[in-house]
Amino acid sequence: MKPIRTLVDTAKPHFHKGGRFEKLHPAFDALETFLFVPGHTTHNGVHIRDAMDLKRAMFTVIVALTPTLLFGMWNVGYQHYQAYGMQVSFVDNFLFGAQRVLPIVIVSYAVGLGVEFIFAILRGHQVSEGYLVTGMLIPLILPVTIPLWMVGLAAIFCTVLGKEIFGGTGMNFMNPALLARAFLFFAFPAYMTGDVWVDLTPEPGHALVDAYSGATSLVAFDTNWTDMPSAWRQFWGFEAGSIGETSTFACLLGALLLIGTGVGSWKIIVACCLGALGMGLLMNVLAPADIANHAMHTPAYYHLLMGGFAFGAVYMATDPVSAAHTERGKWIYGILIGVFTVVLRVFNPAYPEGVMLAILLMNVFAPLIDHVVVEQHIKTRSKRA
Amino acid sequence: MGKAIKLRKGYDINLVGKAEYVLTPLPMSDVVAIKPTDFKSVVPKLMVEVGQEVLAGQPVFFDKANPAIKVASPVSGEVAEIVRGEKRRILEIRIIPDRTDLRYLPYPQVDPIGLSREAIIERLLEGSCWNYIRQRPYTLIANPEDIPKGIFISCFDTAPLAPDIEYILDQEKESFQAGLAALQKLAPGRLHISLRGGADNKIRETDLAGIPSENIHYFQGPHPAGNVGVQIHHLSPIKKDEVVWYVQPQDVVIIGRLFREGRYRAERVVALTGSCVQAPQYFRVLPGQKLSSILDGRLKEGKLRIVQGNILTGATSSDDDFLSHYCNQLTVVPEGDEPEFLGWLLPGVDKLSLSRTYFSWLFPKRTYQLDTNMHGEERAFVMTGQYDQVLPMDIMPVMLLKAILAKDIERMEQLGIYEIAEEDFALCEFVCTSKIEVQRIISEGLEYVRTEG
Repeated sequence: MKPIRTLVDTAKPHFHKGGRFEKLHPAFDALETFLFVPGHTTHNGVHIRDAMDLKRAMFTVIVALTPTLLFGMWNVGYQHYQAYGMQVSFVDNFLFGAQRVLPIVIVSYAVGLGVEFIFAILRGHQVSEGYLVTGMLIPLILPVTIPLWMVGLAAIFCTVLGKEIFGGTGMNFMNPALLARAFLFFAFPAYMTGDVWVDLTPEPGHALVDAYSGATSLVAFDTNWTDMPSAWRQFWGFEAGSIGETSTFACLLGALLLIGTGVGSWKIIVACCLGALGMGLLMNVLAPADIANHAMHTPAYYHLLMGGFAFGAVYMATDPVSAAHTERGKWIYGILIGVFTVVLRVFNPAYPEGVMLAILLMNVFAPLIDHVVVEQHIKTRSKRA
Repeated sequence: MGKAIKLRKGYDINLVGKAEYVLTPLPMSDVVAIKPTDFKSVVPKLMVEVGQEVLAGQPVFFDKANPAIKVASPVSGEVAEIVRGEKRRILEIRIIPDRTDLRYLPYPQVDPIGLSREAIIERLLEGSCWNYIRQRPYTLIANPEDIPKGIFISCFDTAPLAPDIEYILDQEKESFQAGLAALQKLAPGRLHISLRGGADNKIRETDLAGIPSENIHYFQGPHPAGNVGVQIHHLSPIKKDEVVWYVQPQDVVIIGRLFREGRYRAERVVALTGSCVQAPQYFRVLPGQKLSSILDGRLKEGKLRIVQGNILTGATSSDDDFLSHYCNQLTVVPEGDEPEFLGWLLPGVDKLSLSRTYFSWLFPKRTYQLDTNMHGEERAFVMTGQYDQVLPMDIMPVMLLKAILAKDIERMEQLGIYEIAEEDFALCEFVCTSKIEVQRIISEGLEYVRTEG
């Protein structure tokens, strides 16, 4: 530690006011505070502080994302070799996936953090930790076949239009990573829908197996829900889809960590599930009895396992900045996300992934929900004796 | 014992350095200072000059806005110096106390039970004891012309390492009762006492003779359950244009002495606490006493933070400072100005966090030696729901803070600004991941409403 500290201390004067690299101070500061929790002490108000800061909170989310990332890497390989009918070892599956996924992660971080640093330098503010999580979320909600330049574009779009124009982390009103995905989804539909979910790099000597469809469960579900993979396969995540979204199990691990540490709101996660289950059951009741494989007949609990629902509910809906801020509001916000996800999935085949749009929609409505909750609070307060 | 009001929200920060039940009287320091800055929004007008002899209990300044409110010298002696700051603002009135026994300004010894409300007010004003009666909202000295909705006394303190008020009151039960009798007259039938719920409470209802049992309330729960503001919120919430008064238990004792002993005897019991104190214990001292006379030889080595009051709400102080007027506790903890390599990444079994992001949650019984490190830098508001967990009031803390930042008085009123004080939000500030200065914002909001509203 000592040599690093000395290095930082010798470099420091150059980045301070009057130093040679004065303008780069925010960048230096970000690096320094990354390496060392600063020796700043309290000067006003409380004299001691809770040990958690935003870095620790973001780091916890990253740890919570690791199961989905690791599983995603393995599944990319698994889907690839499945498509060619090849049986390979666990390690081979994983290595193939890692080769495909890591470049996407690296591009996302490099470009996004680059933009953050540029903004910090231009505006002279500190680099916020928000992108540590966003940079990981973006790769996990993209198909593995996405061109790298598009990942970069998404990262730029997300940082500039998702956050910085509002004033940076904490000021945005929509989830930046989802915004980036929505941007790609509408700008480059050919790369975001259809036969994009499995990496089909040719394997010499092997041809695609006949059974290969390349469709995600969400596409299958719209035509005939009984064509979907079994609930267990969907729970474990042995299916095609965005890199990190397929395994409900991996998301569950992440959810346990987020809830256990108190970083993610259990209310939102539970409310999302309740909303989807409730709406799913209602669909079952209203489903046309004569069409047995109509999407409305899908068992309600399937909605929790299908597509990106679990990923969205655990990692996206819980983003504290864009979610409802009031405790009662979180219930309403979560339930509506669940409800709209199911509605979009069942009734709008053009957008099979309802959870993305449902969360973005509720991000927009979150302030309204909060407003209603606060007005209600004020009303009950004024009635109090 | 009546039914306890149970508060679920809040948190007890377990720190090293709780005071042992040892009470040592300390001799007077060579210099004693009265600090007008201890009295919020009082503009002092001097009543003594340098070189003048004063008696203990003789007023040294009054409040320009309300000349009846005076502050007296706790000692007899000679006024040595008036220390002034910017714009000739009076910071300290330094008095060199008599070496021999204190000479007191005499007042009649009377039983308050026989006096009328007006007579009690007059005696408290004349005896310079009125400044112990304070009001909410705004935490100011009460206006003697107001009729308060009630008077509230919290007989327990839940703040970190707080002094055991039950132990302190046990030393001087008679004066406490006399003080209560006087306050009872100020708001007949509306004097409320809050006690710590629990069978081991040392204060019996029989000690509170004259207080009807419906006005004795029991509270249970973690900090800030002992805050008088939190208790008022649950017993009789303050609405716009309402005023309640509150008094600290030790100050009730001083009021009681004025009637029983016929003199302003201001000495009080102060707990010296914190992980940097060699042997934390209680001391009997005078307000205005030089801190070095309390601290010298009793602290550990190293860079220290000396705080007058508890670690959440107290003011930063130093050896050269003087004990503040309302102070019941001194806390000394290490400064934490050393950068920590990858501190946000380590498991952190020795780091206290209400979140379970550090592994210290595996050891719930542990006491901590926390230092003054910020553990991070100030950021925009990100995490939600944290404040709600530590504020046992029907108030939306973040919404209220936002209303304050927006300077929206109507909104602040709707959201309950009149019911709160800075100290009630101290834990919110402690837990804040974004390291926002919550108490400063609250203080600015209260001041804005008071002056502009």
